[in-house]
Amino acid sequence: MDRKKTDFLVGLFVLAGSVALVFLAFRVANLGGVELGNALDVRARFDNVGGLKPRAPVKSAGVTVGRVKSISFDDGTYQAVVMISLDRRFQFPKDTSAKILTSGLLGEQYIGLEPGGEASMLVAGSTIGMTQSAVVLENLISQFLYSKAAEPSAAGSGKAAKP
Amino acid sequence: MNWAIRALDAVAALGRGFRLGVVDTGRAARYFVRLLAASGMALGRPRLVIDQMHFVGNRSVAIIMVSGLFVGFVLGLQGYYTLRRYGAEQALGVLVALSLVRELGPVVTALLFAGRAGTSLTAEIGLMKAGEQLAAMEMMAVDPFQRVLAPRFAAAILCMPLLAALFSAVGVFGGWLVGVPMIGVDDGAFWSQMQGGVEFVDDIVNGVIKSVVFGITVGFVALLTGWDAVPTPEGVARATTKTVVVSSLAVLALDFLLTALMFGTR
Repeated sequence: MDRKKTDFLVGLFVLAGSVALVFLAFRVANLGGVELGNALDVRARFDNVGGLKPRAPVKSAGVTVGRVKSISFDDGTYQAVVMISLDRRFQFPKDTSAKILTSGLLGEQYIGLEPGGEASMLVAGSTIGMTQSAVVLENLISQFLYSKAAEPSAAGSGKAAKP
Repeated sequence: MNWAIRALDAVAALGRGFRLGVVDTGRAARYFVRLLAASGMALGRPRLVIDQMHFVGNRSVAIIMVSGLFVGFVLGLQGYYTLRRYGAEQALGVLVALSLVRELGPVVTALLFAGRAGTSLTAEIGLMKAGEQLAAMEMMAVDPFQRVLAPRFAAAILCMPLLAALFSAVGVFGGWLVGVPMIGVDDGAFWSQMQGGVEFVDDIVNGVIKSVVFGITVGFVALLTGWDAVPTPEGVARATTKTVVVSSLAVLALDFLLTALMFGTR
């Protein structure tokens, strides 16, 4: 086979492989899509972050406006410190509150931001004051059981009904 | 006394086996270093490498892409049947993409590559040796490592990541084809779950690293087996079989090791 044809075919192969890699990087892993080139880092303290993970979405009104950058533990207050990268295109008031929410019943956890009414905006390095921790299913169930046990009549009849 | 002699023989056999094992390992390591050094120089003669890339790469594209498509189809179907039970059909995209990018892409490509390209490398080198072409080269003061083995080795290392990327990309497309137009999973959820679940560095780059390691493994095993082949038709036949067996096992074992290192403790 002549040299030119071989070169052309190998070039075609390398091109196809590179296109496949680019497809994997940008279409499958969405490189660049979620990367916030121009980010505003703010801090939020939670009593319990539950199953929140780094790179989890930060949403406001259901729209992704940022990502969780890192999660660490503060042994002074025994709270979790979550660094949040917000897209600089969006401005949030200083009294914005943050909640850890779950998408669906068993879905991944994300942070929901609810803007407040203050005129001054969050700046880099500021801390979100009002936070609400993740709902821990075990605590919820035990609270439910204790409140059930506190109702004497219901508990009594329940026991009596059993053989 | 008979039993004592037999026991001594057994100990001697163990010792011989160990010695041969050490010798084999040492020789393989020496070949590997020599091959690596020669490959560096082979890149200075890109003509030879390009010819070999055509031989091991281009001619593997068809089988890699068809296999990738079918693996994607099967992943789409099986993933859907399992995920439907938990009402999580939307996660089909991330399931297909992660399985392909992390494991199936590099591993199945390496296995196919061993069967498609590794065997022909072994047979070629073995026949060259049987025809005393390699000895003739050495007589002419041409180093067969640099002229024959190194370009093939470099080509195998360069081709494997490209082939694995093609396999994964075609596989994702196959999974999409089965999941979205055929079964009716939501198109937007398919892609957004995939993009949410697949990380560039953790998944894609690690997959590429895996495929490079497998390219080194398959290329090295194929070339060394051909180089060591008994220069008879029977010997070449046996060497070809050995290439497939050894490189497949090596790829699977290395894959376990690499997965444990890359994704294990998180």
